[in-house]
Amino acid sequence: MEKSHKMSTNPVAAPTNPFTREGREFGVAFLIMLVLIGVAPFVAYPFFVMQALCFALFASAFNLLIGYVGLLSFGHAMFLGSASYVCAHAAKVWGLEPELAILVGVACSAFLGLIAGALSIRSQGIYFAMITVALSQMIYFFCVEAPFTHGEDGIQAVPQGYVFGLIDLSKPTALYLFTAAIFLFGFLAVYRTVNSPFGEILKAIRENEPRAISLGYRVARYKLAAFVLSAALAGLAGATKAIVVQNASLTDVGFAMSGEVVLMTLLGGMGTLYGPVVGALVVVSMQNYLAQYGQWVTVIQGAVFVACVLLFRRGIVGEIGKALKWSI
Amino acid sequence: MFEIFGIPSQALFGQLLLGLINGSFYALLSLGLAVIFGMLNIINFTHGAQYMMGAFCAYLLLQYFGINYWAALVIVPIVIGVLGILIERLFLQHVSKLDHLYGLILTFGLALIIEGLFRNYYGSSGQPYQVPEALQGGRNLGFMFLPNYRAWVIVFSAFVCFSTWFTIEKTKLGAYLRAATENPALVRAFGVNVPRMITLTYGFGVGLAALAGVLAAPINQVRPGMGADIIAVVFAVVVIGGMGSILGSIVTGFVLGVVEGLTKVFYPEASNTVVFVIMAIVLLIKPAGLFGKVA
Repeated sequence: MEKSHKMSTNPVAAPTNPFTREGREFGVAFLIMLVLIGVAPFVAYPFFVMQALCFALFASAFNLLIGYVGLLSFGHAMFLGSASYVCAHAAKVWGLEPELAILVGVACSAFLGLIAGALSIRSQGIYFAMITVALSQMIYFFCVEAPFTHGEDGIQAVPQGYVFGLIDLSKPTALYLFTAAIFLFGFLAVYRTVNSPFGEILKAIRENEPRAISLGYRVARYKLAAFVLSAALAGLAGATKAIVVQNASLTDVGFAMSGEVVLMTLLGGMGTLYGPVVGALVVVSMQNYLAQYGQWVTVIQGAVFVACVLLFRRGIVGEIGKALKWSI
Repeated sequence: MFEIFGIPSQALFGQLLLGLINGSFYALLSLGLAVIFGMLNIINFTHGAQYMMGAFCAYLLLQYFGINYWAALVIVPIVIGVLGILIERLFLQHVSKLDHLYGLILTFGLALIIEGLFRNYYGSSGQPYQVPEALQGGRNLGFMFLPNYRAWVIVFSAFVCFSTWFTIEKTKLGAYLRAATENPALVRAFGVNVPRMITLTYGFGVGLAALAGVLAAPINQVRPGMGADIIAVVFAVVVIGGMGSILGSIVTGFVLGVVEGLTKVFYPEASNTVVFVIMAIVLLIKPAGLFGKVA
């Protein structure tokens, strides 16, 4: 298969050095994002912005796999949802502080990622996608049956608590800063991974797996490591979301959520750092503002999928980057 | 009436029968997926939606045109198959040269559109569909009560599966199909119209899904969500069977249906997850699936 036909159309150069052109472009885009995060709660409903940040982190984690390793996971909701449940349970029933509850959630999703990855990583392309669909459906049914998730009701009234026993998260400003800090941490973790020697190997695997194997890389281990990292970051998003919205429900672990994260990343731009963030913002706003139209949201989402695949596979950020000749 | 492992025979064989019924649908659907994958190299995520459309098409034909079950059994697969051909011509042919994953994403998007539209007009609740008169009632076999319609579904889908297998593996048309799967350029050089063959194959695979939908209509209620509910299980069936073999997907479909039915008797809590657990075990032992050649 020719390179141009590969899943990701935006191989990003390594902009680690701020004095290179790529480094400057990434830096400018990052500053713009920081300013927007700072201004957003004053122009939009802060609760909505916090949710968007959680989904942006979720999509960035997903993009780490599809954009930089070329693995399409169609079951990423299992990591978001399980971490969300475990974090909510830890905060509510065990009475852990929010940062510890989130850590427990992340550990759980990373462990789940290790198992799911070990099962699926040996399969290629479409098989990999189908296996992730099936595994996430299994987790979904587990969450329906397991007593601690409370079935249809979910875990409600999750306490927000005090971070490090000091900062009261029930105060809107503190909660917003906390969420923004976690998002930035996750975003920079993805950035750091992608621009590390490890990330270069991942990209090599995406471009030409047999060649990477012939160069002596243990491809399966690199893929598994990327999968676990992606699962952990998706879990971080899910756990944080549980603290922000104060509940965990079946929606987070359901199949529709797995589809939505694909949509966010595809629409924003696969294999771009800012694409998933933009895509998440668009999809979450779409759901928010079109909620009154009921099932038409699903129809519109489907139409966006079709349009993205047929007309602009680079996504919003990919197209902007191409127009400006920027590597963002 | 007697008992097996402390379970009344009625309950055991009743669930076994239900399992066989579900197995028939799994077999028909995974067979369609396998046929489409063989020619187009696309996993047809729209398959569940097309199964649902099959059931709805039968329901609408009866409701508005008074067309009965038997006619629907012929008309519906053709109508939905033609719609499938339109989808292939309008959308799928444009992604055939791209990474296969784009095909998966595209068909997922189409499934969302179709299901969203049906949910808009019919809500989430089910529409009833009467069992055709000739197949109402049932017979007592001594150890269980066998409703006629259910026996018909099992026999008929086994027949359809077998015919499909026979056509692909044993006839000249099937030989062309298999050759075109192996090496489309060479088959084209022999003067066979491969793009048309691809289009018709997609139409046929979709027709199988629609047929399963018609068969399911009198058993389950006709609901917009019925396709989305079944597609993940069918994917798992395909992974367990492996994509290499037509016969493999048929056998796996029936067997897993039965296993699921038995789980409902002995450990009901796990009945929803058993297929996925089996998939995980098979992946550990044989990553290519039970009948597959390459992972």
